[in-house]
Amino acid sequence: MTSLLPQTAPPRLQAGDHGAYRPLSPLKKRARRIDRILTYVPLALFLIFTLVPFYWMLLFAFRPTGSTSLVPWPITFEHFETVWNGSGFGIYFKNSLFVAVMSLLTSTVVALLGGYALARFKFRGKTFFLVAMLCTQFVPGAMMLIPLFEIFNGVGLTNSLWSLIISDTVFHLPLSLILMSGFIRNVPVELEEAAWVDGCTRIQAFRLVVLPLLKPGIVAVGSFAFISAWNNFLFAIMFISSQDQFTVPVGLSYLLGEFGADFGALAAGGVIAIIPVVLLFAYVQKFLVQGLSAGAVKG
Amino acid sequence: MTVITPNRPGRLTRPKANARLRRFYPYFLIGPAAILTLVFLVYPVGSVFYYSLQNSNVTQPWNDGFAGMDNFVALSQDPLFWRSLIFTLQWVAVEVGLQFIFGLALALLINKTFVGRAIARSLVFSPWAVSGILTTTIWILIYNPSTGVGRYLADIGIGEYGVSLLSGSGTTFWAVVLAEMWKGIPFFAILILADLQSVSLELYESAEVDGAGTWRKFLSITWPHIRQAVVVAGLLRAVWEFNNVDLLYTLTGGGPAGATTTLPLYVAQTAIHDRDFGYGSALTVVAFLILTFFSLVYLRITKSKEDDK
Repeated sequence: MTSLLPQTAPPRLQAGDHGAYRPLSPLKKRARRIDRILTYVPLALFLIFTLVPFYWMLLFAFRPTGSTSLVPWPITFEHFETVWNGSGFGIYFKNSLFVAVMSLLTSTVVALLGGYALARFKFRGKTFFLVAMLCTQFVPGAMMLIPLFEIFNGVGLTNSLWSLIISDTVFHLPLSLILMSGFIRNVPVELEEAAWVDGCTRIQAFRLVVLPLLKPGIVAVGSFAFISAWNNFLFAIMFISSQDQFTVPVGLSYLLGEFGADFGALAAGGVIAIIPVVLLFAYVQKFLVQGLSAGAVKG
Repeated sequence: MTVITPNRPGRLTRPKANARLRRFYPYFLIGPAAILTLVFLVYPVGSVFYYSLQNSNVTQPWNDGFAGMDNFVALSQDPLFWRSLIFTLQWVAVEVGLQFIFGLALALLINKTFVGRAIARSLVFSPWAVSGILTTTIWILIYNPSTGVGRYLADIGIGEYGVSLLSGSGTTFWAVVLAEMWKGIPFFAILILADLQSVSLELYESAEVDGAGTWRKFLSITWPHIRQAVVVAGLLRAVWEFNNVDLLYTLTGGGPAGATTTLPLYVAQTAIHDRDFGYGSALTVVAFLILTFFSLVYLRITKSKEDDK
């Protein structure tokens, strides 16, 4: 999108930087030093506030039971052994992965179809559809527990991972759709038109021209869907009752239930739950700012 | 937005394609999304109104049947309901207010140029992706009286040993607020940062030439530019804090003695523990009405925003 624009603004020139080639007066030097302190000190505080909780979990997960050391040394994997085999996190991890991957696939396909319609067509009811989608974002998960339970109960899907896949997909759909239509809109329509002229059908043009350019968007939308399905707790605790179908968040809530029992195991369970999310987040983080500024917030 | 290419569908019509079919094309495409939403979102929301007029308790199936307004009468006499309503307001106001202040500060900081900016950005944003239950896990480890952070602070003379912040009546609220802020500040920061990045740097430069200081620049350039994004972010966050029950459900369970129960949390507990679907649905209807009000305000604001452009 930005590549279409003439680059008027120089890349990230910060106010105050443009005098860098002139010798600075002592007053300016001092002002700059103060500015630096006012940047780094609060930033360091924010970083501490953000990172210490993560560190605290790692600390408990990797240090032996009974140790009060502030570094996880000697490092131990006994807690992971305990939760993975003893508490069944091996099974929960597999279930969570299945739910998250299937939600990712269904969300991406549905969002690709709908997003293409929103980005490339004008049609009657489009605004209504968009507004309805935005409104559904306001419906709380807690509110859906009872009616969705009744539906899944009626079709025999309670205690099935598919109940989670469906509800996670539906809940995440508005965000997926809006993000995806934004990404599709950024692919110049001329490229598609050129392909039509060369004899492609709309579907061929989409597959051969748009899809390859859409890769980052698909990865971003898919990752968000994955993260939200992986993290979902409320639906899982309502719809799933047998232990062999538990997901990681439900497993964690049962560890939490045994209060004060084993903080090491709890922390290890937390680390297992966080790994896929952190890996994906590191990748999609940059799309978050772009995506939100492109579509989700500015409407 | 900054798209130069106008969106001109149908400018080049493919001659072979059937015109009638083409007209329905977009409806085929949004079909799956629309059907999923109708069946699993719109219909369920509607059915809540039906259930709210029924006696429907999984643990007492012999009582099931039409109840009229019984659930709503019971609700109006339920002290926990009224308390949850007040706590919900308090919770949303405090969380959104504090997250806004710190989120704005964080966004302004991270929008500056400095060494290691990309890494710092990923790091401070990371709690956004952490689930409510994982936030609980982390903060349970921090708050626990025997091996939590409090113990180490007491070691160096700050505070006392064995204090359980999560069960003291005065401290529970702030303990939960802090945990939720940890997860919520990045959301505000991300939304505000997205908007900050579209402020033209030339504006700042010319303001500087005119002798404007940092504060002046913020008030006259930055704030007017991001004000509407802030309002929208605040509203979205308010709805989110209202809706989200994972953290409170697992961190305090709504306690001590119902002191940290929000309305949606009360709904979740009625559904999950008590399995009283009739009463739970009546509570849901009330939550729904409150949210409808929020949605109307949101739509109003986003609409007036579009009109401005």
